[in-house]
Amino acid sequence: MTVSILHRVSGDGLAIVGACMFLWWLGALAAGPDAYAAFVACVWHDPAGGAFHQVTNILGKIVLVGLTWAFFQHLFSGLRHFVLDTGAGYELKTNKLWSTVVMISGVLATAATWLYILAGAL
Amino acid sequence: MGNGTHLGKVRGLGASGHGSHHWLQQRLTALANILLVGFLFVSLVRLPLGDHAAVLRWAANPTVALALMLMVVSVFWHLRLGLTVLIEDYAHGEAARLFALVVLNFYAIGGAAYGLFAIARIAFGGGAPA
Repeated sequence: MTVSILHRVSGDGLAIVGACMFLWWLGALAAGPDAYAAFVACVWHDPAGGAFHQVTNILGKIVLVGLTWAFFQHLFSGLRHFVLDTGAGYELKTNKLWSTVVMISGVLATAATWLYILAGAL
Repeated sequence: MGNGTHLGKVRGLGASGHGSHHWLQQRLTALANILLVGFLFVSLVRLPLGDHAAVLRWAANPTVALALMLMVVSVFWHLRLGLTVLIEDYAHGEAARLFALVVLNFYAIGGAAYGLFAIARIAFGGGAPA
C-alpha cells in the first residue's frame, strides 16, 4: 500500500516539479549563455554569492535530490507494476518482498547517484 | 435510456469499448519513458552541466535532439494520463473537476510545445550563439 501511494506521490512530483525544472533548464539552455548562467546561479551555485541565491542554491539541491529519489522510486515501482500486470506477484509474501525491494532500491540508487556526483565534484 | 442518475443513463448500453485505451497508453508511454528518461538521466549525470557550450553541443547533436523531442512527447503524454487519474480521484464536483482537467491539458500540451520548441531552437542553431 505504501509503495502504491509512493508511486502516485513520486509520479505527481515528477510530473509537476520535475517537468517544470526540466523545461526551465531546457529553455535556459536554448536562450543562451547568460540565461543558462542565471539558471545555474539560481539552482546550483552562484559565483557572486548573493544571500538570495545562497538560499535558492540549498533549495535547488534539496529539489534535485528529491527528484532523483522520485525518478528511481517511480521507475522501480513502475517496473513492479509491469510484473503485476502479467498477473504475477500477488501472493502476500512475494508482494511484500518486492514492495520492500522497490523502496530500498529507490533510496540506495538515489544515494549512489549523489555519491557519484559529489565524488566527481571533489 | 433513463434520464435520472448517471448510472441510469448508461445502464444497459454495454461496455464503451474504450476502457483499455488509457491503460494501454499509460503502459506504452511508460516503456518509452524508461528508455528516453533513462538516457536523459545518464546524460545529465555525465555532462559538465555548468558548461553552457558543452551542454549545447550535446543537445544540438541530431540524435540527442531527436531523443529529447521523443522524450518530451512521451513524458508529457504520460504525465497527462497520470495527473488525469489524480484529478478524477481527488477533484470533487463537476465544475472543479472540469476546471482542473482544462488546466492540466493546457499545462501538458503547452509544456510539451515549449520543450519541443526549445529543442528545435538548439538543434537548428537559431538560438543564441554559444
